Amino acid sequence: MKTIVKPYGDTLNDGKVQLSFALPAKADAHGKEAARMLILSMGFDEAEITCMRELGEGFTHFIAYASTSASVDTSKIKVKVVETPVMEMEETDLYIAEHLGREITIVGACIESDAHTVGIDAIMNMKGYNHRFGLERYQSFNAVNMGAQVPSEDLLAKARELSADVILVSQVVTQKNIHIQNLTRLIELAEAEGLRDKMLFICGGPRISHELAIELGYDAGFGTGTYSTDVASYIAITLSKKQAE
Amino acid sequence: MLKLDLDSNLVNRARTAATKISSDFDWLFNGYSSVTIERTVLRLMGIDGATEDGKPLPNLIIEQLQSAGALHKGAAIWIANAMHHKSMSAQEVADRVTSGELQLTALPMAEPELLYNLLSTLSEKMLGQIKAQKAQREGYFEKYGPRRKPAIYVIVATGNIYEDLTQARAAAREGADIIAVIRSTAQSLLDYVPYGATLVGFGGTYATQENFRIMRTGLDEISEELGRYISLTNYASGLCMPEIAAMGAIERLDLMLNDAMYGILFRDINPKRTLLDQYFARMINAYAGIEIQTGEDNYLTTSDAIDKAYTVTASQLLNESFALKSGVKPEKMGLGHAYEIDPEKEGSFTYELAHALLTRQLFPDAPVKYMPPTKFASGNIYKTHLMDAMFNFVGQLTGQGVQLLGMMTEAIHTPHLVDRSLAIENAQYIFRAVEGLADNLQLSPDSFINRRANSVLLEATEFLEKVAAEGMFSAMADGDFAEIKRPENGGKGLDGVFERDPDYFNPFMQQMKKELGL
Repeated sequence: MKTIVKPYGDTLNDGKVQLSFALPAKADAHGKEAARMLILSMGFDEAEITCMRELGEGFTHFIAYASTSASVDTSKIKVKVVETPVMEMEETDLYIAEHLGREITIVGACIESDAHTVGIDAIMNMKGYNHRFGLERYQSFNAVNMGAQVPSEDLLAKARELSADVILVSQVVTQKNIHIQNLTRLIELAEAEGLRDKMLFICGGPRISHELAIELGYDAGFGTGTYSTDVASYIAITLSKKQAE
Repeated sequence: MLKLDLDSNLVNRARTAATKISSDFDWLFNGYSSVTIERTVLRLMGIDGATEDGKPLPNLIIEQLQSAGALHKGAAIWIANAMHHKSMSAQEVADRVTSGELQLTALPMAEPELLYNLLSTLSEKMLGQIKAQKAQREGYFEKYGPRRKPAIYVIVATGNIYEDLTQARAAAREGADIIAVIRSTAQSLLDYVPYGATLVGFGGTYATQENFRIMRTGLDEISEELGRYISLTNYASGLCMPEIAAMGAIERLDLMLNDAMYGILFRDINPKRTLLDQYFARMINAYAGIEIQTGEDNYLTTSDAIDKAYTVTASQLLNESFALKSGVKPEKMGLGHAYEIDPEKEGSFTYELAHALLTRQLFPDAPVKYMPPTKFASGNIYKTHLMDAMFNFVGQLTGQGVQLLGMMTEAIHTPHLVDRSLAIENAQYIFRAVEGLADNLQLSPDSFINRRANSVLLEATEFLEKVAAEGMFSAMADGDFAEIKRPENGGKGLDGVFERDPDYFNPFMQQMKKELGL
């Protein structure tokens, strides 16, 4: 089976890609050549600048097509993904009743400086998002959404107070990798307080992947396109397995 | 002419209910003050600066007065008294308080008339300066012509004020009319205004007087170069609404986000604190000729844009009635609305047209601030760009006042230079193409759009009448607004609210009320 792949334009293995970027350069023949050279220096062939737009203040926008000779062997790819199957709300509630036989307490927050509740709300709030109810609606969950700008200390204190099974953290703002700093801080505090192994730590946000989450010391991470059902199923199955062990 | 057939009886009922709701707060506006209102008074008296560890002088002074139990008279009289005894300027008094050399309440209180005269001179000076800024803005518009409609509004959010300025200048060259400098995340919850220029902020820069000055100076230069006045806006929201409004008035910001209820519902700031602060903040904005803008988009990003469309209308009417109480003229009320309907919904454009026309027609004089799709913006930048085009179409067709341009990378990062440029190109193309189209169109009386607009208005009216009967604080405590429960004595900043003494004095509020005819 063929596993070597290259970008596809309209012919297999033509290696065609689109590029779009700005340069601090003038919108003239000189600037255009600079953009072309830059693309060639990235290792592309046949760089064609298809659009050059002046942006003011000495900047220019270039749109280009180029082809690459680079390829990947897809049989060698290893990606860490959350592997638990996804169940509907009713199935998850049944699953928990059968396998765990008790209520699960989940404490969620958007931590530290981040003021955006959109992520944590989409997963936790009763009404949910895009036709999937949030965790608050699940019969088997006691879900507490602490909202935004919650200091890590407060989140951990609440989790301790409620003897939580799960901590759910959202990070939306990612400028200058602030989300990494915040997530690291929480996990370090949890370790210092001896809470890390007492509960599941799950993080989510537009720039978070399962792989990144594992790297930061979390149990799981969920990125863009995640629904409450993904998170709920993961929690139900993982906690049930842990109890069985 | 594209025009709705609105039930005028409903319009009257809705406005009557909104007026009743805002009038129920006269006890608060006339009997209370807050720490940020008093810090605003200090700033307007000319007190500025911060200690080495970043604590603003106005905060230190208010803390001294508060711990001496002396704040109920207002901060102004204490500073005036010290100025009189020590023959010092307000700033010199502030410096002495900061260094610990001066305890304001330890000085004997001078003859009140003497102090009132001193304060009246001071307030005339600062208010004169604010009026001069207003006149300069008006002069620019007279010289270069009025702002286009809808005005092109873009954000800059690099976190470095100088980088923001570069991006703002580039945007202005491409056609932007209004530059919004996004605030550093979490400033709403600071009970002080940071000092100085921001070089590294998260998600934006702080609203500081220095940042305002840097941006306004840079934009004046480019305005003169382009022969088009480029407006500047920031956010008078959170725990320091009136202070930020005052800084904006002094530095000639042209617009300010200044919602009456946003802080309560979406930032969990105490309801009394928020209403009190917005009352004075909006008065300053009104006096300075600053256009206020409101944040109704938040109702739609947190709930369904069709089911909860009426909450936008209700909030607009409340924002209008609170603004009138502060002396804001309808032509300076940038009430908010947003294009947030699920793009998968059949007829989403028709629904949106109904909602946008409703806003436009309920507030014919208001430069409505129309906000772009954000909830359904995704990493698919091509689709988001297309949604932004539909949004621009509605904005031009319905003649909104300000178009906050959507960015194709909305769901990914704060805008890159290229993203903003493509957004402006998108808007300019659509605006040109749609120009004059509305004059050729007419809605049939039984059209879906007419029915939909009236049904949203009915829902809003019934909601406002219920709130008017129950009282706004009680309705907020029950979670009637934005499905969030906000009790009257909950939330942040309540400890900064205090009852005024009978001899409380705020020279600026008094003079502004007089001039605004309140």
